[in-house]
Amino acid sequence: MDLHPISTPPTPEEVAAVNAVLGVDCAPDEPSGLRDAEARRHLLLPVLHALQARVGWVSPGGLGEACRRLLVPPAEAYGVASFYSLFATSPRPQTVVHVCEDVACALGGAEALCAAAEARLGPAGTPRDGAMWVRSPCLGLCERAPAAMVTKAGETPLTASWGNATVDELVAAARAGAGPERAEAAPAIPGVSLRLLRRVGVVDPGSLGAYRAAGGYEALRRAMEMGPNAVIREVTESKLMGRGGAAFPTGRKWQAVASQPVRPHWLVCNADESEPGTFKDRVLMEGDPFRLVEAMTIAAFAAACERGILYVRGEYPLATARLKHAISQAEAHGFLGADILGRGFSFHLELRQGAGAYICGEETALFASIEGFRGEPRSKPPFPVEVGLFGKPTLINNVETLCNVPDIVLNGGAAFAKVGTAQSTGTRLFCLSGHVSRPGIYEVASGTTLRALIELAGGVANGRALRAILLGGAAGTFVGPDDLDVPLTFEDTRRIGATLGSGVVVLFDDTASLLPHLQRIAGFFRDESCGQCVPCRVGTVRQEELLARISNRRPHGDVSREQALFADLSQCMKDASICGLGQTASSAIESAMKRFPDLWEGA
Amino acid sequence: MEETDVIVLWGSNARDAHPIFFHHVLKGIRNGAKLFVIDPRRTSTADWADSHLRLRVGTDIELALAVAREIIHAGLTHDAFLANATEGYEAFKAHVEPWTLERGEATTGVPAALIRGLAHAYARADRAQLCWTLGITEHHNAVDNVLSLIHLGLLTGHVGRPGSGINPLRGQNNVQGGGDMGALPHKLPGFQDVEDDVVRARYDALWGRPVPPKKGWHLTEMFEAMRRNELRALYVIGENPAQSEADAGHIKGLLTSRDILIVQDMFMTRTAELADVVFPGSAAWVETDGTVTNSERRVQRCRKALDPPGEARDDVWILAELSKRLGHDMGNPTPEQLWDELRLLSPMHGGMSWARLEAMDGIQWPCPTEDHPGTRFLHERLWAQPRGGRAAPFTLVDPDPPVDQLTDEYPIRLTTGRRLDEYNTGVQTSQYKNPLRKRETIDLAPADCARLGIEEGATVTVTSRRAAVRVTARIDPGLHAGLAFMTYHDADDVDTNLLTIEATDPKAGTAEFKATAIRVERDRPHGPASDLHAAHA
Amino acid sequence: MIRAVTLTVDGQSIEVPEGATLLDAATALGIDTPTLCWAANLTPVNVCRMCVVELEGARTLVPSCARKAEEGMVIHTDTPRVRTSRRMVLELLQSSVDTSTAPDLLAYAKRYGAEPARFGPHGPPANANERDAHHPGHHHVPAGAEAATVHQPRKVDNELYIRDYGKCITCYKCVEACGTDAQNTFAIAVAGRGFEARISTEYNVGLPDSACVYCGNCINVCPTGALMFKSEADLRDAGKWDEAKQTTTRTICPYCGVGCTLELTVQDNRIVRVMSPPEVSVTNGNLCIKGRFGVTYVSEGGG
Repeated sequence: MDLHPISTPPTPEEVAAVNAVLGVDCAPDEPSGLRDAEARRHLLLPVLHALQARVGWVSPGGLGEACRRLLVPPAEAYGVASFYSLFATSPRPQTVVHVCEDVACALGGAEALCAAAEARLGPAGTPRDGAMWVRSPCLGLCERAPAAMVTKAGETPLTASWGNATVDELVAAARAGAGPERAEAAPAIPGVSLRLLRRVGVVDPGSLGAYRAAGGYEALRRAMEMGPNAVIREVTESKLMGRGGAAFPTGRKWQAVASQPVRPHWLVCNADESEPGTFKDRVLMEGDPFRLVEAMTIAAFAAACERGILYVRGEYPLATARLKHAISQAEAHGFLGADILGRGFSFHLELRQGAGAYICGEETALFASIEGFRGEPRSKPPFPVEVGLFGKPTLINNVETLCNVPDIVLNGGAAFAKVGTAQSTGTRLFCLSGHVSRPGIYEVASGTTLRALIELAGGVANGRALRAILLGGAAGTFVGPDDLDVPLTFEDTRRIGATLGSGVVVLFDDTASLLPHLQRIAGFFRDESCGQCVPCRVGTVRQEELLARISNRRPHGDVSREQALFADLSQCMKDASICGLGQTASSAIESAMKRFPDLWEGA
Repeated sequence: MEETDVIVLWGSNARDAHPIFFHHVLKGIRNGAKLFVIDPRRTSTADWADSHLRLRVGTDIELALAVAREIIHAGLTHDAFLANATEGYEAFKAHVEPWTLERGEATTGVPAALIRGLAHAYARADRAQLCWTLGITEHHNAVDNVLSLIHLGLLTGHVGRPGSGINPLRGQNNVQGGGDMGALPHKLPGFQDVEDDVVRARYDALWGRPVPPKKGWHLTEMFEAMRRNELRALYVIGENPAQSEADAGHIKGLLTSRDILIVQDMFMTRTAELADVVFPGSAAWVETDGTVTNSERRVQRCRKALDPPGEARDDVWILAELSKRLGHDMGNPTPEQLWDELRLLSPMHGGMSWARLEAMDGIQWPCPTEDHPGTRFLHERLWAQPRGGRAAPFTLVDPDPPVDQLTDEYPIRLTTGRRLDEYNTGVQTSQYKNPLRKRETIDLAPADCARLGIEEGATVTVTSRRAAVRVTARIDPGLHAGLAFMTYHDADDVDTNLLTIEATDPKAGTAEFKATAIRVERDRPHGPASDLHAAHA
Repeated sequence: MIRAVTLTVDGQSIEVPEGATLLDAATALGIDTPTLCWAANLTPVNVCRMCVVELEGARTLVPSCARKAEEGMVIHTDTPRVRTSRRMVLELLQSSVDTSTAPDLLAYAKRYGAEPARFGPHGPPANANERDAHHPGHHHVPAGAEAATVHQPRKVDNELYIRDYGKCITCYKCVEACGTDAQNTFAIAVAGRGFEARISTEYNVGLPDSACVYCGNCINVCPTGALMFKSEADLRDAGKWDEAKQTTTRTICPYCGVGCTLELTVQDNRIVRVMSPPEVSVTNGNLCIKGRFGVTYVSEGGG
């Protein structure tokens, strides 16, 4: 391709960053046609990560070098780099401290922490002494609010996140470019027979031997004895439904991919857990990483996928490190790669990191991100089972969904389905945060009531009364104290106009003022909209403005006018947005305004 | 071009010279076609190639011979097509036999593996397009070059089918139309032979005047005739030979020594400046109504959108008035009347009524009748059983190196071409505020610059056997050592065609713009600046 | 062999070839569907959502420009839901973008009764390059009294065309024309995200430093006048742009042998704009720098 190069020459450091991913450039004069360019494009995101980590920003010299090597037009590469919030396209300090201000952390003192940070470190986004702090969307540490993360660029770059953050820790992190040493809390869940979490906090997540001693890789062996069709049959019989939010029957999806004649098939694990209030996948990845790797191998075997990608959100440094270790251990011991377990089946698994974009949890946006394009969703149909990653049939599942698979294979689909309700089988993970006595991750049988779940977590913190619960995350719905007896299944929550989403349960006690949280949610969607379609790109802005007017008690005309405006806005976003982000961007707000009409008066 | 499997661009920088044609190539590539580019330079076209064959300037025939031999030896010829449609294959087969891949590599500089890759991909493709431009035709042996490419199409049957063809890309908007209309020394409109009495009789009858029965001179022959002083009066319409011809210094002398030189042009060109009489013509494409024919034989309507400035007149009006003064009154024909006259005389245009040209956004000839849709591709007859018309002949073509030979004194090969934003002698394109415009440069290989101590932006003197010019040097990593590149877009700045050789193809009359032997010398610093420089050194 | 698909649009049954879109089906029935980001010579990106229709059985509305017709589909193109979404798309655009030179959009706004003023007065324009420097994922909490806009100063960095991104509805057409759908030069792409998504060169460098080859194919597809011949912008600025005095003529480019059709807009015997009709097979609506801008020599006072 006759690409116009960036004129800034790369520094040795920038060249080193690019070479770290691509290897040393030994054939600069080779042909550079479209096919070469297409084959290299998927390396753009890893190279941008390398530049950001090494140089501290995606600099023109570095991007130019990346574009030259990858045959990516500079304007497109810039479009990709400027899409992600963890990449900077203008110079910034080597050390950046991210302070979570999302819903759960906001209920856990984030505003006070941010105010203290401002006093000690200056205003957010202002460089000072080689560091700066910024506000961040959900870091997935909601059970330990408020949460923080530090990134430090350089020859040995670092990303670390931690919970229960204090301002002293923020200041120390800004100075040292490192987070505090903090033992992570294993989820302590009383009284339930654990499936998904049984090894978490019990078995050493860094040891393949320990994993095998605890029953690991028995399921893969069993799956290979059963054969792909039998595996799919058991998964279908288990009635397992997707745990990422859409609740699609897993067995049907696997069957659909397995039967596609087009090759290769891809397997993608969606570990871009970014829904505010969600941290269940992180716990699984940090606490039992081999289980996910084994589950992916089984899925690949069943659906005839030769290659797989595990796409982990960029804000999960510990999960990333443990999964990388697990993958390399599995490769070294013949559980991944060519001829797995000597049975002639090959599966190559690669981990890719997101870079700060909620939208990339949407499956088609996730594909675009892996492929080296902006994380923009596309219209469905065609669905990923037919046209997915790199345009090929793709099986994409969420972490929790996959982690159910080994037990289904070992014990049979019927045994799995014995737990839960007739329609919603198995156990489910719920992420409890906000004003709850014991925030954390809870595994309960599907169909457990909301009341029982909250009681399991010790009820509302400090014995206060409950005002509202955000179910399902920012894209979910608010319910009230009257709704506590709803069984936590897909169908029962839908019956009351709510959603389970990704298992988020954020409690608001009677001291909580909801409007600021609604504004926060509106602001979140405005920030995270990819900007492609008009209803979402502009609609999320107008929604936030409208809430600001209500909150400031300065509506345009009388409140009924604003109500009509909001009704139109939310209908258009729901009806006409390309993807789930826009379609659900008003749902939590709409449910709250409906349930608590006094919010319209700025209450 | 969009529905094909292999596209070969040979001596064509279409990305820059035919940008919208290249859009169709790009669509083809995106639909899965493989692109092969044969060019001594790493052009922007070559940047899109799956394989780029960088041959030495003037070794196209050698390369084609090696490709042909490989196709034959690999058993990839289309035997049914060869039998049905061609003649002379056995002799051709024997003729190419010495041209092994190794010999091809040694002569052309293209690695044997790439030659083999081209041969196999082209021959194995279900559909393949072979296109060329001035890299093939601006040589002293242009016709031989073209023939050697056509042979490849014949060997493989990539002729006369959808998605398969051999295509010259026309450099000017009506160079095809000029030929169609008989602006050739040996043809009447519709490519009818001027020496054919039957054809001529139809013209004589309609025009009421006899058409001269002998073919005339082509451009190169005209200059030769001027040299012999046989051609004494010259009427130049819309050409600028004082700038566009090779060895321009010599040409100017010939033009100024005519008894009379008449120039009809819309600009005061360098040629017009030499004229005894200048007729201010108009911009035919926008100040008059008429037709042009594009590279794909599509006759298209030009329409008047502007009134010509000042005393400028419609070219037809000028010709008609001149004719009147010379004693023959043609009246004042409208474009449509002229077109209908053509349709009477040229069978291949017969079905193209003015109304159909309007309605159909152009029609591809031949289009003999009003119910004929036009012809998308030619030579389908070669596939007919039995074959329609005469067989396509193989011709035994031998290589012949460029006339201007490289020696120690002139060690660098200068080739010329067009840039994206400029056009030919720059008369039209020098007018707009073009952000891409750069000063004329000589593009040199990094290795040559290092050897000659020339840095980017240095002023150098370029000397050929005919002249020397001073120009700014630009280092182009896309050039191999020993190769240099210039355009002739801005003769006021750098008169490139003073350097080029007036070696022409005997049949086509095309000049060897593509191969000049030069030497390049860095201008010696002199005066105070150099003293200062010396003092520091 | 292309199979036929039968579907019902607004109660009328219609047969279309497999692969045809709902928009094709509606158009075949004479239904005028509004579009902004769709063009015959570009791949549908379905981002403007202007063309949405109701598909029975679907949870949301579907973009007719991209959705392929399937056997037995039942489509409604003019329901209250459809009208609401179309009106809202127009209101959202008009409340955030200067649509004064977007004739199609203005006509649709009239047709659907858009009232963009419901969102309040337009907020102040951004400073030059301010939007281009926006870091994704962060914004200031608004007061809500004014509607945020994309208004900003024009980018004028060459003599051929201007970029007035205060008029940009981010329809992606220019990016497609510059990229894979036509020119394959990739001088521009969408940068940033959300409301700050914008058309940009790498690092917002000016066009002379970018990959731009001034083919102007982006101008040819721009539906809002955000990309405009400088000659047109200058005349408009001077109050001399007068469509009543203009003629439009199709002729053939005077340069290379490809034979591109030029559509010339002429005012006062001067070429003020050169476009290329999309339906002509030679060009598909595209030109190169010479055909687009290099033809003015006939009307700029000669050489």
